Amino acid sequence: MAYSAKVLDHYENPRNVGSFSKDEKNVGTGMVGAPACGDVMKLQIKVNDEGIIEDARFKTYGCGSAIASSSLVTEWLKGKTLDEAMTIKNSDIAEELALPPVKIHCSVLAEDAIKAAIADLRQKQAKNVETPACTATCKE
Amino acid sequence: MSIKTPIYLDYAATTPVDPRVAEKMIPYLTEHFGNPASRSHVFGWVAEKAVETAREQVAALVNCDPKEIIWTSGATESDNLAIKGAAHFYAATRGRHILTISTEHKAVLDTVRELERQGFEATYLDPEPDGLVDIEKFKAALRPDTVLASVMLVNNEIGVIQDIATLGAICREKGVVFHVDAAQATGKVEIDLQRLPVDLMSFSAHKTYGPKGIGALYVRRKPRVRLEAQMHGGGHERGMRSGTLPTHQIVGMGEAFRIAREEMAAENVRILKLRNKLLAGLQTIEEVYVNGSLEHRVPHNLNMSFNFVEGESLIMAIKDVAVSSGSACTSASLEPSYVLRALGRSDELAHSSIRFSLGRFTTEEEIDYTIALVRAKIGKLRELSPLWEMYQEGVDLNKVEWAIH
Repeated sequence: MAYSAKVLDHYENPRNVGSFSKDEKNVGTGMVGAPACGDVMKLQIKVNDEGIIEDARFKTYGCGSAIASSSLVTEWLKGKTLDEAMTIKNSDIAEELALPPVKIHCSVLAEDAIKAAIADLRQKQAKNVETPACTATCKE
Repeated sequence: MSIKTPIYLDYAATTPVDPRVAEKMIPYLTEHFGNPASRSHVFGWVAEKAVETAREQVAALVNCDPKEIIWTSGATESDNLAIKGAAHFYAATRGRHILTISTEHKAVLDTVRELERQGFEATYLDPEPDGLVDIEKFKAALRPDTVLASVMLVNNEIGVIQDIATLGAICREKGVVFHVDAAQATGKVEIDLQRLPVDLMSFSAHKTYGPKGIGALYVRRKPRVRLEAQMHGGGHERGMRSGTLPTHQIVGMGEAFRIAREEMAAENVRILKLRNKLLAGLQTIEEVYVNGSLEHRVPHNLNMSFNFVEGESLIMAIKDVAVSSGSACTSASLEPSYVLRALGRSDELAHSSIRFSLGRFTTEEEIDYTIALVRAKIGKLRELSPLWEMYQEGVDLNKVEWAIH
């Protein structure tokens, strides 16, 4: 199966690979997929005081399309508010990367990762409001 | 170092036609184009002679009588003819149970499934973790109504060699027809059908440097094994497989098997040396696992799992080297290799597997290049892998609750 030029570009030069500390209160972490299914995506977002995503990181175990999908969304997420980030659809990712039908699940996984990272961040921030100071790390 | 890429390390999928084979085939396309069944003129006689010479060449490689060789379109057809043909012929007298192994090729498994749909019963025996069939378990799985057992000689994914002699002897004693798929075995392991208690054996040309689209089925004459034909027509091949014989393909298979017989001993020594070099170069990477027995394996195969790296992404990373993956991520099912799963490998390791298969034209330079490339890319992909990160942090991946999607 031939990959599109955009998938190859993201695969060969993945953007924003890496990890933030999960414990930072302005970092949201989403981990989706399962090794048994052949793909696991970890997506992290870091927001500033205005609630804008100022940085994003990913690590992905999966095929080239899964790696490209997660690399692409880290680029898209930067500069967006959380509400704007929630509007990113898997179909946008699939279209941008010209994913074939058998690889659509990779874009679905990337959308799920965004939602999971945002949910994690919001949960953390809600806890921060209720019980300031010691939170996430203690609860774990 | 200048090296020609892409490098072909997928000889278990198919092999190039040996130039010596191609050369022998060409006159039978243009000059000696006659129908081997034409008895009334020299065109037919020439073609018939070529077909019979090839039959002798195929028979010589596996030490049987040329009369025991039936031409087919390939090993898939041979498997179908052997399994359906024998099961149907003997069902009424011997029973309707079939025994096979869960790591067989789909040409066997799917044929047995079809017989199940027709009312037969089947047992799919799992091999041991090294890929080999346990003799006692095999014996125990045979039933009084077992009509046929089918076990491959060399596995296509992991290259392990089954103990056909022992399994065949058990079948012979119990009166069970024994079929062996030897598509991956010719030219790699010695096959002596005078000695082996095998009733039916499937062969393919294109795994042994012959052309695609031609194969053969060995049908034992003493004691005689009977088959119900699956293809009806002009009564070719003693009524077992009708259809005009493709002379050029048959000539190609004959020549390919002749070369295999003459060169396999030296070739196996050379390929084993290369395979061991590849193994030595890769097994020093952390968290890699060889799939299947190394001891009972053809020299041509190395199947390895690179933990925490997904197979398809590795294949993409080493795109200058043509290999295949046990991961079926390209299919919508996302199911990893059923062969590796049957060995009890975890889904993770099955998804992380690569099959390297070496052959006649593999060079030492190609192996050196492959080792360096795989080592570099494994490092890169692990930097990308959240599983590798967790492993390094000491997280037990089996205890993580994954968000299965």
